[in-house]
This record gives sequence, C-alpha cells and structure tokens, in this order.
Amino acid sequence: MSVSAIPIWIVVLIKSAVVLGVVITTFAYSMLAERKVMGWMQLRPGPNRVGPWGLLQPAADAVKMIFKEDLTPDTADPLIYRLAPFISLICAMGVFAIIPFSASADGTLWSVGNVNAGILFIFAIGSIGVYGISLAGWASGSKFPLLGSVRSTAQMISYELSMTMSVIGVLILTGSTALGDIVNAQLRLWFVIPQIIGFLIYVITAVAETNRAPFDLVEAETELVGGFHTEYSGLRFGLFFIAEYLNMITVSCLATLLFLGGWNSPIPGLPSGGFVGLGWFILKAAAFLFFYIWLRSTLPRFRYDRLMDFGWKVLLPVATLNLILTAVAVAVWPTHA
Amino acid sequence: MIVFGILALVLIASAVFTVTAQKPVYSVVGLLANFIALAAMYLTLQAEFLAVMQIVVYSGAILILFVFVIALLSSGTRPFEVGPDKAPRILIPALAIAVLTLAGLTVTALHTPITVVSTATTNGTTGDANAFGSVANFGAALFTTNLLPFEVTAFILMVAVIGVVLIAGDATPGAVEGRRKKRRPGVREPIVKALRQAQDDNG
Repeated sequence: MSVSAIPIWIVVLIKSAVVLGVVITTFAYSMLAERKVMGWMQLRPGPNRVGPWGLLQPAADAVKMIFKEDLTPDTADPLIYRLAPFISLICAMGVFAIIPFSASADGTLWSVGNVNAGILFIFAIGSIGVYGISLAGWASGSKFPLLGSVRSTAQMISYELSMTMSVIGVLILTGSTALGDIVNAQLRLWFVIPQIIGFLIYVITAVAETNRAPFDLVEAETELVGGFHTEYSGLRFGLFFIAEYLNMITVSCLATLLFLGGWNSPIPGLPSGGFVGLGWFILKAAAFLFFYIWLRSTLPRFRYDRLMDFGWKVLLPVATLNLILTAVAVAVWPTHA
Repeated sequence: MIVFGILALVLIASAVFTVTAQKPVYSVVGLLANFIALAAMYLTLQAEFLAVMQIVVYSGAILILFVFVIALLSSGTRPFEVGPDKAPRILIPALAIAVLTLAGLTVTALHTPITVVSTATTNGTTGDANAFGSVANFGAALFTTNLLPFEVTAFILMVAVIGVVLIAGDATPGAVEGRRKKRRPGVREPIVKALRQAQDDNG
C-alpha cells in the first residue's frame, strides 16, 4: 500500500498524535528545566531526588496531580467551573494543528494542517483561550479568583492588541498570512533585523499574554493567593498548568516562525529544511523558552496600573509607529514582491 | 451534508440556550458556542478568512467584554430576576414577523439563479494563496468591488461611537475639570488617616 492510498483522516490523526505527544513531553521537560535553571540562578540545586538529575520529576508530579482530591467549592458554579479548564487546554492544544515545524525539500510543510490564514487562525484560537481564565475566575465564586480573572481579561485584551500590531509588520514584509510563506521569505534575512521594534514588542507582549512573570498579575501569589486558579486542585489545576506551558511553547514557536527564520539555518550555506531544519527550529524555540525562564528569575512583578499604562501608552503607540514605518518602507522600496 | 446538519443543530441549540439560560454567564457560553459553530460553518463554505474574523472579532473582542461586565456587575451566581411574563402579548407579532421573513427569504432564494463560485477548490481548505475565500481573495474583493459598503459600514460604526460618547459623557464645558477637583471621601482616606496616627504614636 503506497503512502498516498492512506485516507486523509488517518494521516491527520497520526500527525496529530505525534505532534501532541511531542508537545506534551516538551511541556513536562520545560517545567523541569524551569525549576532546574531557576534553581541554578538562585544558587540551589533544583529538583534532584527523582531519578538521575531529577529527570523523572515530571512523572512524579503527574502522578501527584492525578491522585490529589478534586475540590469544588460550595459557592462555585458547577458547570462553568468544570468547563473552564477544558476551554483553556483545548485552545492551547488546538494551535499546534497548524504550526509548521519544518519543510521538505519540495516545499511540503511539516504540519498537521496548512491554513492560508495561518497567523490569524492562531490569534483567533488564542483569543478564545482567554475565556478559560476569565470563566474560571468567575465560576469559582470567591473574591481572589474573581479579581484575578478581571485582571486577566483587561491585561490580555490590552496586550493582544499590541501583539497583533507588532506582527502585522512581518505580514506586510511577506505579503502573506500563511506561516510557510513567512518562513520562506526569511531565507536571506531574518525578520528580527528589519523588524527589531516589532520583535521587541512581540517579546514583551508574548510574556504578558501567557501571564508569566513579570506580567503574572493574574496569578500574583503575594496579592491574590493564586489568582484565577485559587480554588482549583488536582487534575483540573493540572489542566490550567499544562495550558500555561503549552501557551509558552506556542509563543516561542511563533517567535521562531515570525522573526527568527523558522527552520532556516542561522549560518548561510548550512543545510536547512528536513530533519536538520527541525533541529534548527527546536534550537531557536528552546532558546526563546530559556529566555522566559531567565526573565522570571530576574525581574520583579509589575504594578497593575503601570502595566496598563505601559500597554496602552507605550507599546501600542510604538507598535503603530512601527507599522506605519514598515508600510512606508515597503511602498517606497517594493523589493519583497 | 452531515457536517452541515450537525453544525446547524449546534447553532440552533446554542442560540436557544443563549436566550433561555437563567444566568448571564450561561448565555455568554451559549453565545460562544454559537459563534464557534458559525465560524465552522463558514469554513465548510471555504470562507476561511471570514471564519477567522468571526472568531477574532466576535468571540475574541466583543463577547469577552460581556464576560468582563458580567464578572464586575453580577459577581454572584444568582439567576436573573424574572420580570412579568410578556410572551403572550408579543407572541402573535413575533410569529408574524418570523413567518414573513422566512417567506420572503424563500421566495428570494427560489428566484435567484444558483451560481457555483468555486469548482476548482472543492477538496476542503487547501491553503492555496489565491483560492476562493482566502485572505488575498477576500481583501481584494473588500477593497475593490465592495469598497463603498465597507466605507459606509465604517461610517455607521463611527456614528455609534459618537452616540455613545454623547449619551454617556457629560457634554457641559468644564465638567471633566469639575469632576477632578471634587474629590469624594474615598475608602483610602480613613486608612491613610489611621496610618498617620499610628506613625505619630510610634515616632
């Protein structure tokens, strides 16, 4: 039986299973890496008891998470309370359906599906992901989660705007919204160089969108106990946890695709594409993930009013200016087409 | 056809749920399901860009503000207070309008020749750059053939924004200035006073 004879839905099913397996494993070990690296940065060994160098720690955490009691507070709204973690996780996973990880020599993308609206599709699914957090906070029926969810809604809407604006510069340079075209347009020059302002804004807003330190006001242990997931425990909390890390991985993959040349090799002449390209892609995304961890153990948390001021009065105007400059530059020197 | 049937069922069920739900948040969740099903329906029609925009604009921007307002205003999980039952009074006019609209739509549909828009790209969304409903195709249609409707829509939206400012804002000159000067005794002042007192006692 030749490969082309296999029905398309089976192919998609296998592809999805592989991608999800890899992504979940990446989640487990990025969590371990975070604890290890943060440990070293703070002069402690980090987890080192379960398996050699603590390598089996994620498995131990998973078992602990599954066997913990699943509590639902009396004041909670039972239906929405149970629904919210699933919204978060499904949206976080759904994005991986269209992220291309590499490309074959004939230009076939290594992704589950190829969508023409690519980057827009990712933003669309990401925008639904906000519901997971805001509904969870509301449905818990207690004050700290509610405060966390109101904060998250405001923060994510504000920063989503700047994030989208920072990406449009790349779209103008490419002339396409498909992720494959965007990477192919960076064969000679990564967009991080002509779009350095866009890249900086993207990095800042990406950290804010994923609710990570120093923008983790949604959780803010010292002010809000645990923020939107205060009341959650056991596996339901685990789902939020997985969703947060998956979002981090998504944002790292997007940064790689949009600004860091995707699967193109950093040194001209070296092979890219195929499995080598996959290696480049993983290397770049991993570097971005490391940057996340570095940020978390370096910077203190923002104050909420400053966060809003920064988003609306600094990031958005600068992103708009960058957009206008890019548009003018492309109009004056139409070399990209 | 099967996909259409399922989507249509989901659409109708979620719409009914949105209207009949007891708690405002349930309505929001119903409406969210409705928007997503509608986007999926657009996808089956190969209108990829429209589907994405449906989610970005409606679910991602408008509906999330509903959640925001509901979370702020009715933090409790109490259901709506049910008002007097108006159904018997409006039943006949509502039914009449529904039947008339449906009849009108059916007549129009029967008198419109069916044109098949795309026969080349029938095997799902191919991700082809110039396929029907793709971003490039949609943008070209929006900014050339349909530019006037697009601009008029933008104008209508602006009218709505100005209307909101007029209704919600205080139009008298100096109103903002006056509001700033007149500081209401807030929650903070007693706390600040107590803190100062404590400081004096200690120092």
